[in-house]
Amino acid sequence: MEPARPPDAAALPAQAGGGPTVIDATVIDATVIDVRKLTHRFGTFVAVDHLSFGVGRGEVFGLIGANGAGKSTIVRMLTTLLPVTSGGAIVAGYDLVKQPGEVRKHIGYVPQLMSADGDLTAFENLLLSARLYGIPQREIRPRVEEALAAMDLTPFARRLVKGFSGGMIRRLEIAQGLIHRPAILFLDEPTVGLDPAARHAVLDHLARLRAETATTILVTSHYMEEIEELCDRLGVLKEGRLVAVGSPAELEARIGPGATLDDVFAALAGEEAGPAETQAYRDVRLSRRAARTHG
Amino acid sequence: MSVSPAAPPARTAERPARALLYSEQIFGVCAAEVQKLHHDPFELFTRAVQPVIWLLLFGEAMARVRGLATGNMSYIDFISAGILTQSVLFVAIFYGIAAIWERDLGILHRYLVSPAPRSALVIGKALSAGIRGLSQAAVVYVLAGLLSVAISLQPLHLVLMVLFIIAGAALFATFSLIVACLVKTRERFMGIGQVVTMPLFFASNAIYPLTIMPAWLRAVARINPLTYEVDAVRALMLRGGTSSFGVGTDFAVLAVVFAVLVAIAARLYGRMGS
Ligand SMILES: Nc1ncnc2c1ncn2[C@@H]1O[C@H](COP(=O)(O)OP(=O)(O)O)[C@@H](O)[C@H]1O
Ligand SMILES: [Mg+2]
Repeated sequence: MEPARPPDAAALPAQAGGGPTVIDATVIDATVIDVRKLTHRFGTFVAVDHLSFGVGRGEVFGLIGANGAGKSTIVRMLTTLLPVTSGGAIVAGYDLVKQPGEVRKHIGYVPQLMSADGDLTAFENLLLSARLYGIPQREIRPRVEEALAAMDLTPFARRLVKGFSGGMIRRLEIAQGLIHRPAILFLDEPTVGLDPAARHAVLDHLARLRAETATTILVTSHYMEEIEELCDRLGVLKEGRLVAVGSPAELEARIGPGATLDDVFAALAGEEAGPAETQAYRDVRLSRRAARTHG
Repeated sequence: MSVSPAAPPARTAERPARALLYSEQIFGVCAAEVQKLHHDPFELFTRAVQPVIWLLLFGEAMARVRGLATGNMSYIDFISAGILTQSVLFVAIFYGIAAIWERDLGILHRYLVSPAPRSALVIGKALSAGIRGLSQAAVVYVLAGLLSVAISLQPLHLVLMVLFIIAGAALFATFSLIVACLVKTRERFMGIGQVVTMPLFFASNAIYPLTIMPAWLRAVARINPLTYEVDAVRALMLRGGTSSFGVGTDFAVLAVVFAVLVAIAARLYGRMGS
């Protein structure tokens, strides 16, 4: 004979979602990146360690961490380029692990390395992106022109990208990442290797994008001050784990009165030696190589 | 609210729409490669040097050796078809190195984050190898004409020839891409490239007929796709040229091998970014 269950216990699982802990439906709807215990291991080395965070629609979320903290690894997993070791994420409403194809349709990605082809013109690079993303034939030309104009590249449309400055290449890459009007744009260290003027130009364009569209942005940097103005919220990453998440003001308040974001960064993310250094070298070598062939 | 009557037709329209999108994605990848050639045509000329050397030095010298059983064909006729195929092969093999280069720079990632099916990316790159192959073939045609090789200019032959050059180049470019995905570095690719292309070339009917080969080598040549490419090229390029297997069989072999290679390459290419 089956033991009689208390009626409310049987109903509990169903109620768990409907009880006091329930999340408001509008909030659920507004979460466009929902990362759950996301983990990546390179061999035995844990680069991203059971990471969980959420990003709301239209929000600009910054991931800050020293070189080697795992920023690129996170972004490469969320953009379907790197397999997930364990855990998962919902990106733009789709399961990262089970529906990578759907995720790809709704995201744009500006990698830390080159993503514009130096042997093509700016126009041709955008044309290629437009075709890869299946933009209808009739719309391609207006979209490409619009993208060029938005990034102030119209006068250089017919020039080969290998003659572009680093800042122009970055802006072109942002244009490429936006041409299909994705719900989410991932930017991995968009200002790395740029001189101050080019850096400001790129950040200004991102700020404009933020003001004019509802695009959700996840941006990484190892330089807190730089993206603080751009971000609604920041996550501070150290050795593959988030050590703090909050608005720039909240993070500053946490350290103490008068703290700047640089203090926050120093207190929470502290530079690490070891594997981080080899990574830094690799990044520098690769970005220099890219600069040599395309700059 | 009632069910929209427009829904069923919309669903049946999905399939052609997807096929159209797929072909546009292939076209996009291929067009970008052709645009690069257009910006830097110098590369086409440098690549044309190799077949010129083969035909002028090797071909002319070997033509004096009597006793290679090339049937009713002169040796220079015989080998010009082989050299045409070889130059297409070498152009195609270059695609693996290009893929590794794109991976190192990071350009590969723009392809892999896009929703384009991996097979569309692979086919697009492969077809662009066909375009390069055609420019190589044009050089060999001109040169062979100057050496008074009995070239056939029948329109049907020319059209089929274009088809075979694209098919052959696409096939070997895809093969090269698979090797690149496996070895991942340029240094290793160069090493493997030598080890693979030379036997492919010599264990085929490109520079000597199957009939003079020892039985074991002939068996290898029979499973070498290059043999079928050469067989068709020889029939189509030359006046009075004949095919041993039949041009239809040749094409079927190349098409099947290509399809299998694309399926393999599509899987590997998707993982090349990690
Ligand atoms: N392909 C790889 N194989 C092994 N370790 C890697 C690989 N890529 C990155 N790592 C390591 O993972 C850690 C995180 O790297 P990454 O995500 O690139 O850091 P960040 O982008 O924050 O600088 C680093 O310690 C780095 O050395
Ligand atoms: Mg990084």
